[in-house]
Amino acid sequence: MATLNASAGVDWIRIHPLVVRVTHWVNALAVLIMVTSGWRIYNASPIPIFGTWRFPNEITLGGWLGGALQWHFAAMWLFAINGLVYLVYGIVSGHFRRKMLPIRPVEVLHDVQEALRGRLAHDDLSVYNAAQRAAYVTLIIVLVVLVASGLAIWKPVQFQPLADLMGGFQGARIVHFVAMATMVAIVIVHIAMVAMVPRTFPTMFTGRARRIVAGRTT
Amino acid sequence: MSNAGKTTTSRPGLSEQSTRQIELIERRLFLQRGLSLGALSLLSGCAITEQDSVQRILDNMSYWNDRAQAAIFDPRRLAREYTESAIVDPFPFNAYYSEDEVRVVDEKSYKLELSGLITSRKPWSVAELHALPQFTQVTNHICVEGWSAIGKWGGVRFSEFLARVGADTTAKYVGFKCADDYYTSIDMATALHPQTQMTLTFRDQLLPPKYGYPMKLRMPTKLGYKNPKHIVAMFVTNTNPGGYWEDQGYNWFGGS
Repeated sequence: MATLNASAGVDWIRIHPLVVRVTHWVNALAVLIMVTSGWRIYNASPIPIFGTWRFPNEITLGGWLGGALQWHFAAMWLFAINGLVYLVYGIVSGHFRRKMLPIRPVEVLHDVQEALRGRLAHDDLSVYNAAQRAAYVTLIIVLVVLVASGLAIWKPVQFQPLADLMGGFQGARIVHFVAMATMVAIVIVHIAMVAMVPRTFPTMFTGRARRIVAGRTT
Repeated sequence: MSNAGKTTTSRPGLSEQSTRQIELIERRLFLQRGLSLGALSLLSGCAITEQDSVQRILDNMSYWNDRAQAAIFDPRRLAREYTESAIVDPFPFNAYYSEDEVRVVDEKSYKLELSGLITSRKPWSVAELHALPQFTQVTNHICVEGWSAIGKWGGVRFSEFLARVGADTTAKYVGFKCADDYYTSIDMATALHPQTQMTLTFRDQLLPPKYGYPMKLRMPTKLGYKNPKHIVAMFVTNTNPGGYWEDQGYNWFGGS
């Protein structure tokens, strides 16, 4: 880097494939609908062990239980099909293997500490640091858990073995809620990180990032 | 000259001019208001149309979900049966009205009316229903709101009743009308499910008014709002009769 001089050039590199960009934004919309309508549905009958606390109706979608259910059960198809496209693509294309692995706990711990100190390097946006890799893989698993627990809540009789895995209908509600809370927490951190490194934001639309490369005269 | 004359000569002239100006201003204001009103109505008209098209999409998705659930529904899959120790006490009351408004149906005047695609439309008394073969179930009642409660219900297997009265079981729907003005309808596949019950007892006692005396329909394969209480009429039809909550936006199939 010390050799950077006037002859240094700018390289545009493709860091986010089109499928990832499209499914990312479709997912963002679907999740927004699912979460805000889900909060309204939750309000109709809070989970007893969490007390009587409810989400403020102003930040929910649907206007009433019936409306929220309509939104939730419409957007679930968008959420599930889009998620399936992303998963199949990620596995088949090798995207997951290339970008999400390996996940080594020591590295994750180190990069989380660096991030908290604001010292995490983002020189090359095409490579996810260990903290990112861990967060994204956790998020993918949480989204799968959300779909599975959602299916168990929707069809506790038809998909009884699935519901049994979570302790039945009420158990599935708790799993669904905890997965939602985990997802929201990851999304909040994700948005905060984008705010801290704003040049990552346009890359999720264009797919391209600038990489500063040393000039020939080294 | 004339201008100067107008401005200096007389107050009436000036006031005439200012009156006209005020008129112009008022007209302009009126036009502006009219325009903004027009714009507003256009905007709200647009908003209403948008709201309508969003609602249409949501309604269509709900119809789609009816079909998806009918495809997922396995007529041979039984909902879990529990031991009696799992029964929730007190079992929750739920209706579109409060518990002090529960309708009390008089046994003497009660008649279950049958209509539609049914050959034997003779009305049924409470005693006649109790005289039919009975079975009990300890199953989980799941409410659309998210709570659930295990109860014990006893009564007549609905598929046997439909056969007895000569219902056309190739028809699509069975509709129900209730003494509390509630109404709903179900698909024929669920009507013929072995756990679908014309319920006459709760916890081995005569069905109390708050749980639907004299007869309710109990389906452990459907959400609570699909289980009508105080049924006074039922009919078999190929036209979807809808339901009290379903017509307001709850999903019609409501399967669990």
